[in-house]
Amino acid sequence: MNTALNRRTVLRGMMGGTAISVGLPLLDCFLNTHGDALADGGALPKCFVSWFQGLAFVPGYWEPKTTGANYEPGPHLRALAPLKSKMNVYSGMKLYLDQTPANAHGSGPAGVLQGSVSHPNLPSMDQMVADAIGTRTRFRSLEVSCDNGTDAFSRRSATAVNAAEPDPAKLYMRIFGPDFRDPNAADFTPDPAVMVRKSVLSSIKDKRETLIQNLGSLDKARVDEYFTSLRALEHRLEIELEKPRPLEACVMHAKVEGITLGKVMEDARATHNLHASLLAHAMACGQTQVAHLRLGSSACDLRRRGSQQVYHMYTHEEAVDPVLGYQKEVAWFSNQSAEALFDFVKAFEGIREGTGTLLDRALIMYSTDCGNARTHTLENIPMLTIGSGGGAIKTGLHVNATSDPITRVGLTLMQAMGVPIGQWGMVSNTTSKTITEILA
Amino acid sequence: MKRATRPMGRRWLTATLACGAVALTALLPISEMKHAFAAGAGLAASDQDAPVMRRLTPAQYKIVIRDVFGPGIEIGGRFEPWQRVGGLLEVGTGKVSLASTGFEQYDAIGRSIAAQALDPQRRDLIMPCKPARETAPDDACARQFLQAVGEQLYRRPLTDIELSTQVDLANEAGAKFKNFYSGLETSLASMFVQLQFLFRQETVAPVKGVPGRFDLDAYSKASRLSFFLWDASPDRRLLAAAASGKLNTEKGLNEEVERLLASPRVEDGMRSFFSDMFGFDSFDSLSKDPTLYPNFTRTVADDGREQTMRTLVDLLLARNGDYRDLYTTRRTFLTPVLGSMYRVPVTTNLPNGFPETRWAAHEYPANDPRAGILTQVSFVSLHSHPGRTSPTLRGKALREMILCQKVPDPPGNVSFTVVQDTSNPLYKTARERLTAHATEAMCTGCHKITDPMGLALENFDSDGVFRTAENGAALDTSGVLDGIQFTNAPGLGKAVRDNPATTRCLVNRMASYALGRGPAQTEGDWMAALQKAFAAKGYRVPDLMRVIAASPEFYQVSVSQSQ
Repeated sequence: MNTALNRRTVLRGMMGGTAISVGLPLLDCFLNTHGDALADGGALPKCFVSWFQGLAFVPGYWEPKTTGANYEPGPHLRALAPLKSKMNVYSGMKLYLDQTPANAHGSGPAGVLQGSVSHPNLPSMDQMVADAIGTRTRFRSLEVSCDNGTDAFSRRSATAVNAAEPDPAKLYMRIFGPDFRDPNAADFTPDPAVMVRKSVLSSIKDKRETLIQNLGSLDKARVDEYFTSLRALEHRLEIELEKPRPLEACVMHAKVEGITLGKVMEDARATHNLHASLLAHAMACGQTQVAHLRLGSSACDLRRRGSQQVYHMYTHEEAVDPVLGYQKEVAWFSNQSAEALFDFVKAFEGIREGTGTLLDRALIMYSTDCGNARTHTLENIPMLTIGSGGGAIKTGLHVNATSDPITRVGLTLMQAMGVPIGQWGMVSNTTSKTITEILA
Repeated sequence: MKRATRPMGRRWLTATLACGAVALTALLPISEMKHAFAAGAGLAASDQDAPVMRRLTPAQYKIVIRDVFGPGIEIGGRFEPWQRVGGLLEVGTGKVSLASTGFEQYDAIGRSIAAQALDPQRRDLIMPCKPARETAPDDACARQFLQAVGEQLYRRPLTDIELSTQVDLANEAGAKFKNFYSGLETSLASMFVQLQFLFRQETVAPVKGVPGRFDLDAYSKASRLSFFLWDASPDRRLLAAAASGKLNTEKGLNEEVERLLASPRVEDGMRSFFSDMFGFDSFDSLSKDPTLYPNFTRTVADDGREQTMRTLVDLLLARNGDYRDLYTTRRTFLTPVLGSMYRVPVTTNLPNGFPETRWAAHEYPANDPRAGILTQVSFVSLHSHPGRTSPTLRGKALREMILCQKVPDPPGNVSFTVVQDTSNPLYKTARERLTAHATEAMCTGCHKITDPMGLALENFDSDGVFRTAENGAALDTSGVLDGIQFTNAPGLGKAVRDNPATTRCLVNRMASYALGRGPAQTEGDWMAALQKAFAAKGYRVPDLMRVIAASPEFYQVSVSQSQ
């Protein structure tokens, strides 16, 4: 009955009424007069977004012609050209299959985001970053998709895949629903119901050892993942019981409802923009520092309104336009991706923090599933970053590293975000070679 | 904290050991799982038939809540995504855990159910007692409720420690909230996020007199049986049969199998199995381009799915028909909205007292191009692109779902130059496009496996509507399946009906579904016996369910994994 006593003690301690003391992170601090840092001089925390859209950009039309600073983005990245001083382009890098059978559109995201084309049990980058920087927010990370699917590319392991939220109205409720505490509100009273819920979770957690006692190794790992998830919720409740740190830029998002979800690109773009706005507001309000968003899936099955074919089928079946030199419909979709990414960045730039914007402390990473969608090749896979992550990386650069494993980008960005790793990737995709040009 | 939990852990173990049971679960890695299913190569036999910890499916979750608290409880929120392994989601349930977003969802769903179950309108129906005072905890009443509900939720009696933990929780929260029911609600909600509820864990017990041999214990047997036949938790009678030891006798087990099979609830089990085998979960995300297929609404999709379910329940259960006839039957059921897709007038002016007026039985005439479930909206629309048909997707689905034959993924670095050749302007029909594409040596192999069957269904557009031409060109629906030639969809249906892989596949899938894993190498004899029994009974599905459910092999666990 020791556990019961423990729990009771916890419960009594927490439920003792109004007299309980609530820990305030970083004392009772306020932003400095400029609003771009905390009053004690500490910088506002870094944010990381893993932004995904399948089927790449049209090869030969996105790469800048020159490397280093002052590059000109390729014609199919023209939508992003206004951001070029804040954007890095990474070209030429690839994934090695190492004799594993190519899974047409699956090997790419696994390699780029988990560092391996053949070890599905590895965590995705966003989760590794979340472990490093996301532990003081209500949500360690948030995952969203822009069509009606819940599949995405954020996972802690093969068996603990984070479901993405497709519906912005539900995302709104999750972040800004009744459990949201305005960090700038004058009053703060811990919610007794939240206290009880937290103590309930603690009581379950106490039984972990009993529950895993006789399990085989695989099930033990599954049960461990269950408890990791339980602790994440417990942690969220813990944060909800603390008076949040005031954040000048935090504004409650307008209520979101009645969205059309579906496989039409135009609808997905609208959904995307709502997600972008909600995620930016969530980050400005200190609710999370890490997010994963996917516009379409890897073999993207979004289609143009009224069109017969989905994007994926166009990449394989559309004839190359002899005048243009590329597939015309495919280019339309590719341009949609670039425009959507631009919109995403704009949502971050739209939130002013002191003399700058939320983008200043964010690092937004674009990734995709292949280099050439027409043939599923994993060579010259495009990657982009926008923002410096609070000065963690230099921007305005084009990095070309032909035939290097693309895991170099992930390794460098994770290090910049504070993930303590010196090497990343598996087999031939293993690398310890950071991209020093961009490290600040 | 560690010091506190350890003594309790030991006590729990002692308690379980005293009952002669040891909790065990599978040791089978995912990569090997696939092999076990496909070829059974390279695995130690002992690894293959270990019990598997399975996560409740959304359907099972909902049925359990309905069974325990009655109908009418709203279950909002999103369940975790599933993985299909070896052709079945049910096998995938033994592979998944619970990610943090999922945990949050289950927590919200659980709290909402607890609140509804104990709200003032409903609580009197489900509470076995009333508290002495509503404004204070009542240990005895909380215990009585939690013990009864707990047994249904955990599919076995709660251990003393589990029960006292839940009761303490109810008492403490009840005292804090100064409300008995709020306390009870807190305790009940917590059960919905516990492993013991969300995951079907199995325990084994040593077989008396046979050293080293293990059987599932009686409660685990009850769960396997009930989820297999009813897609539900064991009911009170089955739990009682487990408690009394009845399930451990051959006679007792057979009696329970017959009781479950005789119940109308076996329809739930059959629907769940076929819904899984036919990949009907994809209906949740099925959509058609509204500008091209304005009539393909959500109702058409829902009714199309239900049409196939009704067709098979009628044939296989109500009429106790031959499974193979599912691919040739001309009997089906339609709603007026489906009638508009099939161009069949559907009248629902049924005699008074007929319980369901939206559905009407229908029989296609002998020369009709529709026969068998492959020609139904559910199959042809599910395996199409949003804006056009796909003979390749249809052929692939047929091979993989119905014949259990794996079609390889398209290779990397495929050249699509033929279809991209601009000097060959437009291929009017899918056959022309695919013929052009499949002249590429790299593509021919796989497309030969799928396309000749898929093309026989080209009369059915992406939305399921019958057509005779595409882009003005007449359709050629001839094809071949494993050497059997045919000229149209009914011919394909007959070839599928007569293909030996069709019945072999069903046995394999049903056994995998029941076990939560692919058949093990060591179970080859059992699989052969099931095939034989299925054939001997004229391919009657309820008979196959009976044979599986009554087999000792269904409940056995091999020696070495029992450590």
